[in-house]
Amino acid sequence: MTEQGAVPDFGDSERPPENEQSDDAQRQTDDDPDCSADAAEAGADSETKRTGATSVVESLETAGVDTVFGVQGGAIMPVYDALYDSEDIRHVTMAHEQGAAHAADAYGMVTGDPGICMATSGPGATNLVTGIADADMDSEPMVALTGQVPTELVGNDAFQETDTVGVTTPITKSNYFASSPDTVGEDVSTAFALADHGRQGPTVVDLPKDVTQGETDAEPSEPAVPGTVSVQERAPTEDVAAAAETIADADKPVILAGGGVVKGEATDEVRAFATEYDVPVATTMPGIGAFPEDHDLAMEMAGMHGTGYANMAVSLTDCLVAIGTRFDDRLTGGVDSFAPDAEVVHVDIDPAEISKNIEADHPLVGDAGTVVEQLADAMPAAPDTEDWVAQCQEWKVEYPLDYAVPSDQSDDGSTPSRPPEDEPVKPQYVVETVDAATDDDTIVTTGVGQHQMWACQYWTYTEPRTWVSSHGLGAMGYGVPSAIGARVAADDDQSVVCFDGDGSFMMTCQELVVAVREQMDITVFVLNNEAIGMVRQWQDAFFEGRRMASEYPWVPKFDKLAEAFGADGFRIEDYDDVPDTVEAALAVDGPAVVDVYIDPTEEVYPMVPSGGDNGQFALSRDHL
Amino acid sequence: MSGRQDQEGLPGPAPTDRQRPTGRRNAQGIRIDPEAEAEHPPRRTVISALVEHEPGVLARVSGLFSRRQFNIESLTVADTQNDDWARITVVVEEPDPGIDQIEKQLEKVVPVIHVRELAEDAVTRELVVVKVDAERPHEVHAITEMYNGKTLDAGPRTITVELTGDEQKIDDAIDAYRQFGIREIARTGQTALARGETKTAVVPDHLK
Repeated sequence: MTEQGAVPDFGDSERPPENEQSDDAQRQTDDDPDCSADAAEAGADSETKRTGATSVVESLETAGVDTVFGVQGGAIMPVYDALYDSEDIRHVTMAHEQGAAHAADAYGMVTGDPGICMATSGPGATNLVTGIADADMDSEPMVALTGQVPTELVGNDAFQETDTVGVTTPITKSNYFASSPDTVGEDVSTAFALADHGRQGPTVVDLPKDVTQGETDAEPSEPAVPGTVSVQERAPTEDVAAAAETIADADKPVILAGGGVVKGEATDEVRAFATEYDVPVATTMPGIGAFPEDHDLAMEMAGMHGTGYANMAVSLTDCLVAIGTRFDDRLTGGVDSFAPDAEVVHVDIDPAEISKNIEADHPLVGDAGTVVEQLADAMPAAPDTEDWVAQCQEWKVEYPLDYAVPSDQSDDGSTPSRPPEDEPVKPQYVVETVDAATDDDTIVTTGVGQHQMWACQYWTYTEPRTWVSSHGLGAMGYGVPSAIGARVAADDDQSVVCFDGDGSFMMTCQELVVAVREQMDITVFVLNNEAIGMVRQWQDAFFEGRRMASEYPWVPKFDKLAEAFGADGFRIEDYDDVPDTVEAALAVDGPAVVDVYIDPTEEVYPMVPSGGDNGQFALSRDHL
Repeated sequence: MSGRQDQEGLPGPAPTDRQRPTGRRNAQGIRIDPEAEAEHPPRRTVISALVEHEPGVLARVSGLFSRRQFNIESLTVADTQNDDWARITVVVEEPDPGIDQIEKQLEKVVPVIHVRELAEDAVTRELVVVKVDAERPHEVHAITEMYNGKTLDAGPRTITVELTGDEQKIDDAIDAYRQFGIREIARTGQTALARGETKTAVVPDHLK
């Protein structure tokens, strides 16, 4: 705990000067009489005049929205003005729009309901784009509301004009350009419903200023998806029967649980099926949390940096029951060698995922939980998996996740209870230590890179919706804002920790100010190797060690940086600092950052090189 | 945490010492059966989509084709019998899995009401406008007659004709005009309806 770690009190004269202009922060934290007078005046105004913006906010309230993550700006001001009067909606003022989008995405991941982010036109909207693309890749429910220049200026290259609908079309389920104050509320309701419907994903509503300022009598409508959209919940009975027969006949079945198991709330059904029929379960990265990793049947994550045992099982299975996965290339490696002996049963709510990358012998389109239950009911017999399960257990012993601990300096040969000083800290040890020090329902968020892989590998996930990461897009900088979104979404007694890398942290660390302003209890562990480590690892493996632009000659002292933001800062330099400092940081009731100087030579293994054969995963660089 | 002391990598049998699967898949993720190899050559087909007639719908559809690298030969879009609907007709050249993907991805575009690949016997037509040199007007006229075309404009230097037909007929006619010297060609791309009683698009009742 550092001296400067005291909780800032924004209600008194200590308030940072830049905050004085923030009406929003003032409104939420102050009882300043001047401010209340302003509020009353604004409230009176908007009662006499119902606008498109009123309609937008009422539609959000009707949809049950409780939080909006956003950043103010010219073209979105009317919507913010309408939000001023909302008693149901909390606005979290972010530092940057990318942070707003990632926070909304993480909120969606933790709650299962669409996260809402908001930004102005032009740069506000384009700054959201990374977060929207992230939500699209990971099927996270999200609605982004963007300001737009007045309709009459659209197409004129007006100040802060960007074709937001054009820019976001490829990265959304759909998007809407609001055309009238009378229908803008319905646009928002539709966007909300669509984001949450079937395979979840992001939607955008672009809000021209004249539309949000224009008067209307329109009443808010209940969220409903457009008539052209439909989802099949149950798979056809005969297809289910044929798939069940294949599973029952299999000698070496494996369930591959994807993100759809978590998002489809199907973890109970999958667990029941796996345990009833003794089928080992591997997961994809977004599928982490779909099956408890401390279970005997858990093979944990498969794919590029998956466990050796998961990759052996997926490689040699004769029946792959893939549920809610889109067979990303980081999972499959080269498709020619992916589960090549397996009949594939593919359960997915999105028909377009069937046979997109890996041909499904038994395509079952439907809701994950519903179809897995259908399968369980249709099983003619249990497969005989005794030998196979034993083989999987053997692989667990043969290919343990492991890391070097410092050599024992003592003469008697006994294992030291705690690693000695002056040894570089292994990042895996930090992950395990934090895991041991926190409850099972602790939410882990990450940036992208080596630290993210160690957080996958060395944390034992047992609950769904406790793993929050940027999987498909691989957006560095996801860590801090996603921890903020997760914190807002989580139960009060749930802990939120973020594992970040020094490279990822530097991309969005400004969002720490939000955690400080809102006194959010998050703990960020920056696994600092003064490099963009995953790139360096690849340079060493595939680019003859030519470390171009991957090593940083200088990185900030992140503990001091945290203190400058008003958060608590800690630093770990030695092995024996780890347990106590982790405990102290977790004990802080508010935002804390731990700058962990990790062994810069540590690399991520196992590894299947890009396009490689999963079963041929490398255990060291020599195998690549 | 175990007591591994080295930096040599993780423990376990090396890749060369592991059991390996015997099968293979092709580049499309399809398991290759040694007895009947499942390679799909590209084929040309017509896909018809009925869409809601709203701004930007063409951009959504055409953007989908480009970003998913679907190979399209032509794309037409225009009104239908219902003011709220438009019909998009796309000629594509893809292997079967690609055609399947095109249909499914189109189906996901929100304003799309219905998508189908048309059968081979579908009624397809294309219109072309060809401008040729006018040095041999009688011969140009004869070719135009032969293909049931129409002369739209005839001047001292150029003749412009219009022809309609299926893709093959248009290709043949253009070949025939080459002898005169073709100055410019504008083709509409194919448009099509399913033959006879078969519906080109099935509209759910709640959208009628």
